[in-house]
Amino acid sequence: MKALCWHGANDVRVDTVPDPKIINPRDAIIKITSTAICGSDLHIYDGYIPTMQSGDILGHEFMGEVVEVGSAINNLKIGDRVVIPFTISCGSCFFCNRDLWSLCDNSNPNAWMAEKMYGHSPAALFGYSHLFGGYAGGQAEYARVPFADVGAMKIPDGLTDDQVLFLTDIFPTGYMAAENCDIEPGDIVAVWGCGPVGQFAIKSAYMLGAERVIGIDRIPERLQMAKEKCNAEIINYEEVDAGEALKEMTGGRGPDACIDAVGMEAHGTGPDSFYDQVKQAVRLETDRPTALRQVIVAARKGGHVSIAGVYGGFLDKIPMGAAFNKGLTFKMGQTHVHKYLRPLLERIQNGEIDPSFVITHRLPLQEAPHGYEIFKKKKDSCIKVVLKPGG
Amino acid sequence: MESSDITNPQDQQSQSGSSNLSDTERWGSLIGGGALVLMGLRQGSLRGALTAIAGGGLIYHGATAQSSIQEKVGMNQSIKVEKTVTINKSPEELYRFWHNFENLPTFMKHLKYVRVINQTRSHWIANAPMGSSVEWDADIVNDQENKLIAWTSVEGADVDNSGFVRFTPTASGRGTEVKVVIEYNPPGGAVGSAIAKLFGEEPEQQAGDDLRRFKQLMETGEIPTTEGQPSGRK
Ligand SMILES: NC(=O)c1ccc[n+]([C@@H]2O[C@H](COP(=O)([O-])OP(=O)(O)OC[C@H]3O[C@@H](n4cnc5c(N)ncnc54)[C@H](O)[C@@H]3O)[C@@H](O)[C@H]2O)c1
Ligand SMILES: [Zn+2]
Ligand SMILES: [Zn+2]
Repeated sequence: MKALCWHGANDVRVDTVPDPKIINPRDAIIKITSTAICGSDLHIYDGYIPTMQSGDILGHEFMGEVVEVGSAINNLKIGDRVVIPFTISCGSCFFCNRDLWSLCDNSNPNAWMAEKMYGHSPAALFGYSHLFGGYAGGQAEYARVPFADVGAMKIPDGLTDDQVLFLTDIFPTGYMAAENCDIEPGDIVAVWGCGPVGQFAIKSAYMLGAERVIGIDRIPERLQMAKEKCNAEIINYEEVDAGEALKEMTGGRGPDACIDAVGMEAHGTGPDSFYDQVKQAVRLETDRPTALRQVIVAARKGGHVSIAGVYGGFLDKIPMGAAFNKGLTFKMGQTHVHKYLRPLLERIQNGEIDPSFVITHRLPLQEAPHGYEIFKKKKDSCIKVVLKPGG
Repeated sequence: MESSDITNPQDQQSQSGSSNLSDTERWGSLIGGGALVLMGLRQGSLRGALTAIAGGGLIYHGATAQSSIQEKVGMNQSIKVEKTVTINKSPEELYRFWHNFENLPTFMKHLKYVRVINQTRSHWIANAPMGSSVEWDADIVNDQENKLIAWTSVEGADVDNSGFVRFTPTASGRGTEVKVVIEYNPPGGAVGSAIAKLFGEEPEQQAGDDLRRFKQLMETGEIPTTEGQPSGRK
């Protein structure tokens, strides 16, 4: 089959690789009909995720049709149309039982690596380095889905791929980011980053009762989307100081909750961001937490900080003093996708949201490398790329 | 006094029969309790402790005498490992699976094969360096239903070893704490050091990975793997 393989920083290629096959009883094989490129993939593309190996198949936002099931699968059949959460979860451990699916105890075959790095191993993820299991991803014609009996959700007829594809990651991720704000009536929520995750965080914050939502970015078309499609007030941090603007817009109090939808490769303008770029480039620092620092300083006293942007290692100069002395509450993590599948499918079905609004580019899988390039460089007003195998 | 390094200071003046009785109790509570077993065991041998609990003082004395001879000729390079994992299953289910030693190779990577001979005895074959293997017979020396299984290799083993697994239910609804403590005493010489290397290279991680595979198998019915999946590696 054809699959998008990583061969090093800024080097991804569509290679011909063997077809996946059933390995374990709870596996299923999916023929992929739609698969997206995520901001998380850019961290790999840019070379900031350790334990990648040349030839690894990328991709964790995919859906398709069941073509084969393992001997222990009895709730899926050939031909079922399914979406696949990007987190791989067993469904029967302590964490899965508590809806903490991205913390599954059992899915990571390389748990020892993660234990060395993090003390304990979180769930494995599709196409996201050997630290997170080394599973082949879904920017391909076919994918093997482990624990498919709990990891594949059937899609009812009448919904297009574009409408449901983002249940695999970014819609639940934005939603969980908003949920982690513990929004109360009257709350003002600020969202750093108006990429796809930020867009869904803004929409979700309104769904969960926020009074006002403010989106922060510097890319005009992304800010425009936040304003027009998601009803956000916007701040272009290259035009004004985001911290000052937020204070003015919130009566001096600061936002009740701040969401980091940027992650480890934040762009920055101040001296601290230069320091991070240098340190990250020579691998003295794993992450570039410019946005996170701003989030912490901007949040109102006693407010919530919700981190959806991915961080991988050790962060410098986190204003812990501000966090502590303002009594902030932090919530974060990879999304517990399985938990949100059905509730968010319902919101799509009853017309509350059509997630396809973020899509700017539809490309054949063959053109995935071009997709990475325009998404990374924000060329051609690219916000979200959907790839079509066989297209 | 040979056993002074494994007795409490307050036990040191009392010796022979009465001290063995209190040792037995002490090891019993150590093996059954919440503390780190290997910390409590210090320099003492696990085999000694297990046989003491199983058979009382005499066997224990024998074991101590033996290990002290080993120490004197410099052969005592025992490798001891202790690992605990919490498994979301009842002690009954876990005990039952483990108790059939023929199941052990499904999750213990270095084991090739285990055959159960009778109620207490089993024959074990493990992978050794360079495609060879090592074998031994082991006896179950302590078997407490749904709680604990302890075993030691019998005389003539290629690698003297002993261990126990303990199943303790946690606070309601949180499964079972499974603790494994294993001790290997590889023989001397070149073969011995190769074997010591095999069992001794990151023994903590090896035991931890074995125990994780046990958990994965018990909780999910399979052991996750990526072996055999496609990639673009040439
Ligand atoms: N928690 C999860 O489970 C999860 C799931 C999916 C994605 N993510 C992460 O979410 C983050 C965003 O993903 P995405 O797909 O939207 O990526 P993206 O790269 O398209 O979006 C990031 C946006 O942040 C903006 N930005 C950069 N620096 C900024 C700053 N200092 N202040 C404000 N905005 C800034 C960029 O201009 C861009 O629009 C990534 O880190 C991704 O890895 C996390
Ligand atoms: Zn993603
Ligand atoms: Zn799980």
